Amino acid sequence: MTDIATMPRPVSFGRRLKRFMADRPLIPLIILLIILVVILQILRPGIVNERWLANTAKFAIPLAILAGCQTMTMLTGGIDLSVGTVATMSAFIMATQIVNQDPTVAFLLAMLPAVLIGLVNGIGVGVFRVHPLIMTLGTSLIGTGFLQVYQRTVIASGAKIPDFLNWLGTGVTYGFPNALLLFVPVAVLIVFMLNRTGFGRLLYAVGDNERAARLSGVRYWQVITALYILSSLLAGITGLLYIGLIKAPSLSLAEPLVLPSVAAAVIGGTSIFGGRGGYMGTIIGALILTVLTTLLTILQMPEGGRRILFGFIVLFVTAAYLRIVEDR
Amino acid sequence: MTTNPLLDATGVAKNYGAVAALRDASLSVLPGEVHALMGANGAGKSTLVKILTGAIKADAGRILIRGKQLDVRSPAAARRAGLLPVYQEPSLIPDLDVLSNLRLTGTPVEPFRAWVRELGIPNLDIRDTARHIPLAILRVLDLARALAVEPDVLLLDEMTAALPANLAEKVLEVVRRQGDAGRSVIFISHRFVEISALCDRATVLRDGSTVGVVDIEPGVEERIVEMMLGTRIEKTRVAARAANEVAVAAGGRPRLSVRNLQLGTKLNDVSFDLANGEVVGVFALEGQGQDELFAALAGSIRPTGGTIDVDGAPVKFSHPSDAIQAGIAYVPGDRTDALAMQRSVRENIALPFSAGLRKWGPIRMRREQVVVSGVIGRLQIDTRAQGEVQRLSGGNQQKVTIARWIAANARTILCFDPTRGIDVGTKQEIYKLLRELAGQGKSVLFYTSEMEEVQRVCDRVIVIFGGRVVDTFSVEEADEPTLMRAAYGLPRGAKADVGILAEVKPASDAEAAS
Repeated sequence: MTDIATMPRPVSFGRRLKRFMADRPLIPLIILLIILVVILQILRPGIVNERWLANTAKFAIPLAILAGCQTMTMLTGGIDLSVGTVATMSAFIMATQIVNQDPTVAFLLAMLPAVLIGLVNGIGVGVFRVHPLIMTLGTSLIGTGFLQVYQRTVIASGAKIPDFLNWLGTGVTYGFPNALLLFVPVAVLIVFMLNRTGFGRLLYAVGDNERAARLSGVRYWQVITALYILSSLLAGITGLLYIGLIKAPSLSLAEPLVLPSVAAAVIGGTSIFGGRGGYMGTIIGALILTVLTTLLTILQMPEGGRRILFGFIVLFVTAAYLRIVEDR
Repeated sequence: MTTNPLLDATGVAKNYGAVAALRDASLSVLPGEVHALMGANGAGKSTLVKILTGAIKADAGRILIRGKQLDVRSPAAARRAGLLPVYQEPSLIPDLDVLSNLRLTGTPVEPFRAWVRELGIPNLDIRDTARHIPLAILRVLDLARALAVEPDVLLLDEMTAALPANLAEKVLEVVRRQGDAGRSVIFISHRFVEISALCDRATVLRDGSTVGVVDIEPGVEERIVEMMLGTRIEKTRVAARAANEVAVAAGGRPRLSVRNLQLGTKLNDVSFDLANGEVVGVFALEGQGQDELFAALAGSIRPTGGTIDVDGAPVKFSHPSDAIQAGIAYVPGDRTDALAMQRSVRENIALPFSAGLRKWGPIRMRREQVVVSGVIGRLQIDTRAQGEVQRLSGGNQQKVTIARWIAANARTILCFDPTRGIDVGTKQEIYKLLRELAGQGKSVLFYTSEMEEVQRVCDRVIVIFGGRVVDTFSVEEADEPTLMRAAYGLPRGAKADVGILAEVKPASDAEAAS
């Protein structure tokens, strides 16, 4: 019997490849990203150059940070749909307050709604057990409402994009977008937090098995409240970066990024049911979505057809990726 | 036997993989009979019931109803054949009102109402949503719903559990009258008092086989206990323990002291002490309040009465983390309650380290690695599939749940049936481990449903029946017949017709006659 048990069964190449991919889920994502870039280069020879790379990075970075919010909340089995509103609010407040305030004060004012919305989200989900989807959707609507009221009070003073944000959002130094100065530390911090800190461990544990976490002494509400505040803070900072990139404060500035941020996290291999995933995958997911958008743009299809294709590709990629990575 | 049996099952067998849940079970119920189905935990009662009611399919055997071969493929088929179960869990759909629930099963409403009144609930509003009805009433409604369709064979699983005394009395009365009306009842119960008051005969299961059918008469409980134990009557000797496994002399105040603990209808009065360096066993039949006792000690639910003292100081736990602070760790019986299945062995073991708000910062990976590999080595956890706990075998998963608390250096471990469903080798390792912990001055509360484990692991054993501690034995006294008798609520040392049957039978007869 022991003989049978220890004898290695012959494994087919496909099976071994699947195992390999399952253990290193980033590899198929990187391969997909490269394939997309190659297709782009074939369709439009010469498009992939230094400028294009910097541009892609610039647009992928805000998406990647917001997708980081989704990654962290999805690890606990949640989601944060208020990131778009939070980003818009902090951007809008920053752009209007900078006109007659000290930059530090304007910054603090801009981050205030982020903290508040995060706190309310966290208490709603963690203490009152409202489903995160509903909770964050609700606070998102409330936030938008407040922003509309706020807009009337500042309508006379006008808005201005601070030079620093302008530099951060669009500037390029030695071929590298300045936004990387913000993004690299944020990404390192998120990856470190998820893998090497107690809080990160708890996000996974709570999302995987809340009961087990509880029996190990974890207080759910503490983890969840801290998580949603952190998520909102990140969203607020993204808003500041994004206004520097878009340069036109509006009440729906970051709204178009919300659903792609969820898609980026899912494509990156984070399970929407919690307990599984990571930020590196999400970053690549955000890059894939950005490249895909460029690809569809140069196809010169009508907007409707582009959206249909985009939706199909996202679905297909996610399904295929899960099939490759899940070890069943 | 002159009359033909209404229900006749013979040679019923059921395997789950390599495990035989039923080997050769038979059950024969005569018309107008209240028939008790008895057996210790794991004897196969629930499997047999599920087969009879069509919830699962038997691998072998024959089931006849009124002499006709019955092919119970589904609960609906069993229903049509006139066999209706009432399970321990309420079966009304919580979000529908009672009336809609009745329509769902095609139950006639008027007879249902009549039965409800009969069973002692005069003012039921059948427009009430089932969710808002108390558990005890729901169980009675289940019974009324079954009675309303006038089944030939009514199958009652622990019908009186969780019922207050007045309702239980009514229920027993109605069941008795079913028999008088020529219908049959299969009555599953752990309570000899009820069985003696109600039943005509009893079928006894042991290890998946029917080992006897007895007439209920005064003094029969001894015979039934003997049957349930089988050949294991002879006193098992306490295994000699190695020097490092012997309990250290317990000096001073007890580590854990529980007094008059109460919790709803489940725990009525539990008091015991747990000393440092001691393994105290808890032995009980299923559903006697042991789950609630462990949950209360672990801080998962708050007791409604009584006190818990740790090292002489009273404590009130409102969250498991409070219990963990006091050095009390809980290893649940169900591994899926304890493990983050998609995470690694290491993360699972280290989980309690990060729980507190102050430990959310960077993890000292190297130190954690040392601690974790230390316990992995000590418990000999097979780490070939350590990336995800769900890929481990059941035994290794169980080891991880215990390893976590050894790594956290918990002073008291509450183990709830830690050897359920794991292989023999791992079981032995867990026994040894628990003894070693006691040898180091730690204390262990150990619930088990397997009597032989008491002898192997415990210093003392408390027996719980109906939410009360009915007896405490030292390990030398706790042989299997003694434990079994105590677990069924029979008084210690009682033999033959002393006691319960003699007292209860006439009283209930008088009641039925009136």
